[in-house]
Amino acid sequence: MDSAKQEYAVGPVQSFLPQIGRVVTAGNLELAIFRTSDGAFYAVENSSPHPKGGPLAEGIVSGHYLYDPLYDWKIDLRSGEVQAPDHGTVATFPVSLDGDIVKVSLQQAVFQS
Amino acid sequence: MTVEREKLVLIGNGMAGVGTIEQILKLGGAYDITIFGSEPHPNYNRIMLSYVLEGSKSIEDIILNDRQWYEDNNITLHTGTTVVRIDEASRQIVTDNGMSVPYDKVIIATGSNSFILPVPGSTKDGVVGFRDIADCDAMLAAAQQYRTAAVIGGGLLGLEAAKGLVNLGMDVTVVHLLEDLMERQLDHTASSMLQAELERQGVKFAMGKQTVELTGEERVNGLRFSDGTELQSDFVVMAVGIKPNVQLAKDSGITVNRGIVVNDYLQTSMANVYSVGECTEHRGTCYGLVAPLFEQGMVLAKHLCGASTQPYEGSVVATKLKISGVDVFSAGDFTETAEHTVISAKDEWKRTYKKILLRNNIIVGAVLFGDVTESASLQKLVKQGTEMTDEIYGEVMGTGCCGGGSAKKGLSVETMADEEIVCGCNGVTKKAIVDAVTENGFTTVDEIKACTGATRSCGGCKPVVEQILQFVLGDSFQESAKQGICGCTTLSRDEIVAEITAKGLKTTKEVMNVLGWKQAEGCSKCRPAVNYYLGMIYPDTHEDEKESRFVNERMSANIQKDGTFTVIPRMYGGVTTPEDLRRIADVSLKYNVKVVKVTGGQRLDLVGIQKEDVPKVWEELDMPSGYGYAKSLRTVKTCVGSQFCRFGTQDSMGMGAFIERKYERLDLPAKFKIAVNGCPRNCAESCTKDIGIVGNDGGWEVFIGGNGGIKPRIADAFCKVKTDDELIEICSAVIQYYRETGNYLERTSEWVERMGLENIQNVILNNEDNRKELAARIDFALAQVTDPWKKMLNDDSTRTALFEKARV
Repeated sequence: MDSAKQEYAVGPVQSFLPQIGRVVTAGNLELAIFRTSDGAFYAVENSSPHPKGGPLAEGIVSGHYLYDPLYDWKIDLRSGEVQAPDHGTVATFPVSLDGDIVKVSLQQAVFQS
Repeated sequence: MTVEREKLVLIGNGMAGVGTIEQILKLGGAYDITIFGSEPHPNYNRIMLSYVLEGSKSIEDIILNDRQWYEDNNITLHTGTTVVRIDEASRQIVTDNGMSVPYDKVIIATGSNSFILPVPGSTKDGVVGFRDIADCDAMLAAAQQYRTAAVIGGGLLGLEAAKGLVNLGMDVTVVHLLEDLMERQLDHTASSMLQAELERQGVKFAMGKQTVELTGEERVNGLRFSDGTELQSDFVVMAVGIKPNVQLAKDSGITVNRGIVVNDYLQTSMANVYSVGECTEHRGTCYGLVAPLFEQGMVLAKHLCGASTQPYEGSVVATKLKISGVDVFSAGDFTETAEHTVISAKDEWKRTYKKILLRNNIIVGAVLFGDVTESASLQKLVKQGTEMTDEIYGEVMGTGCCGGGSAKKGLSVETMADEEIVCGCNGVTKKAIVDAVTENGFTTVDEIKACTGATRSCGGCKPVVEQILQFVLGDSFQESAKQGICGCTTLSRDEIVAEITAKGLKTTKEVMNVLGWKQAEGCSKCRPAVNYYLGMIYPDTHEDEKESRFVNERMSANIQKDGTFTVIPRMYGGVTTPEDLRRIADVSLKYNVKVVKVTGGQRLDLVGIQKEDVPKVWEELDMPSGYGYAKSLRTVKTCVGSQFCRFGTQDSMGMGAFIERKYERLDLPAKFKIAVNGCPRNCAESCTKDIGIVGNDGGWEVFIGGNGGIKPRIADAFCKVKTDDELIEICSAVIQYYRETGNYLERTSEWVERMGLENIQNVILNNEDNRKELAARIDFALAQVTDPWKKMLNDDSTRTALFEKARV
């Protein structure tokens, strides 16, 4: 069962401000979770695909795009794809709502360090 | 089972080879690709090393393809591995670390090496070429340690290296064998204009000097010339030329002349082995510039993918010097002979020069200095061997004077081939640009840049990109070329501000909806700008939008590249107390601050605080925020002044602290710095501040528009006043006028030049009512500001959402 996925609660909807990212640590993985203006939630790995790396959670959110806070790369939160002319991909994770609770779906392996 | 694909091996992980592979991938070539590179880095843009040296780009910035790119394209990459032989019999390539890899096709793109003059002493420490990242690193390190440098070679590379070293603070002499710089690209006139310009920029020259020996013990300490004279130097850069790197080809039995000999399809003498780039010799020519290698790569890629292609018939080389403020261009023939007809114009006042050479009325060459706007069309005309007509003459020479007048553009791009490289830095073809316009509907240079990368590096191709836009869009060009504040709108700053006021728009969302933004929620450029304009227009009612703030302002701390933050406590006027210092020290120890640094504005920077600790740090410091991150008043720098200094005529510390308290926290178009000096000795350096105040015996002098940053500018003398009250009123009026008329992110140095010093003086000095109204408006706005840290500490949910990490 190497690909076992499980949903983890990361907090109530209100603890995520619209268009402002929040860092969630899951085992040895750090996620950046975003609530877009249409109420949707997206989770990406909190690590920029830029060669110099850096966090993503503090970027400016527009629609379902993120402008990363350090290098201003434009990233599609749905696919994790960096937009031209830059290129790269950031890992994305499925997010679901269970009533008022935000849940993110992760590989169990994340917790086996 | 999948079908076995042909194995393609590229030897050389540089621009020429990888450029070819990129074309092959675009054409859908079905190859299993393996790439070998001797350097430990992924593929980088060698022609931009000059910018790394100059300090405007880092090595990371010039990486073209990172390791992920190779992975994404299923390319096997071996860095730090040198191929020593191609074995034709067994169809294998052999490496220095004992690998053997089978191939079906091989591309040799081993580039070239610096040519090191074979004079005694050339192997001493402190002697480098200028070719790769290692050379660049050596030059950066030398500038830290040594004072004088000599650059041997007054060609393109040598001059770029020299200017880079001057920028790094070294005393640099360019040693050149001939009397003219860049003699292979420029005629005597352009060359001497170039030399004069570079001398103005601090480069020294030793012309007509042949180096016969490098002196010194282990390390070089000077040069000896054939005329017996000597030049003392702690560091020597050899930039006398390049030598095609052909060893591998030679050892494998491939025909080599100066470079690896290829035919018009880039085939070498060995079957299935090809060669591109600087290691290649085509029809007797080895190219050392970037455009030809992209042209070669394009032909080879098509050939390898079985697509139809014209043969490669050689390149017309054009030269552009990558030194800021020095515009030089040449293409084709530049030295005149009896058979040439010469059209030329020289303007010693504007320092421009233009020359066009005709042979039998065909345009065969051109040289431009000082103004290179015509370079793209001239290159085109030379390449096509165009016949000179009255129309072309009018277009490129204008009314006959230098600079050309308002030449009609577009003639040359029309006939440009699709495959022609427009952006040499990034290998972007005309077709790629035309496609971006026709398929994606892009209409501005910025959009083309974002989509294709053209104009992104040196910017030299911008005029051609504009011409292509104009050509493809036709009449709709004028309209669509209007530049808005960002790609989301065509409206200018003034139009947006006027619409906000006229229509009573209250939020960024409203502004973007009502004014028809292309991207409904804007982007990282316009959202912070519109949020600022709204706050400026409605200081009392606008609710600041945290989500439209750049991270530093949203968090009231500076983000560092590792995601930690920097906190700067306020120290009004640069003055602190032992008690405050103790508290800063205690908090720094408690939260493991990585570095405590004194900032350029006389404050203490606490660097490297974990995000979740930032609120606690502020709480325990219990000091106002220093706004080192904000588009607002950063610091008021002061000298000791009349309180202690024997020369001081005014209390600069007291006035500095007062001013800093008065204007702190208010949002401005950009960061803002003030200095107050107690006497004209100007120890607080007011000449590089947005407002510089200098005390004298009878009052104060005010300077505005200074900047010590990216574009240094000495402040303009604005006025003299007698009393402290007058001084404050003037400062208030200047800051508020800037708030109301400045473009977001426009520093006062640019603002003063755009608005005109006289105009600002008229508005503020010659109209007392106006001045008092401006001062009243800023006081009203200042009455609304609050300490964001106190606010954040009292707002648990916002603080938690912004700073604390959730855990699962």
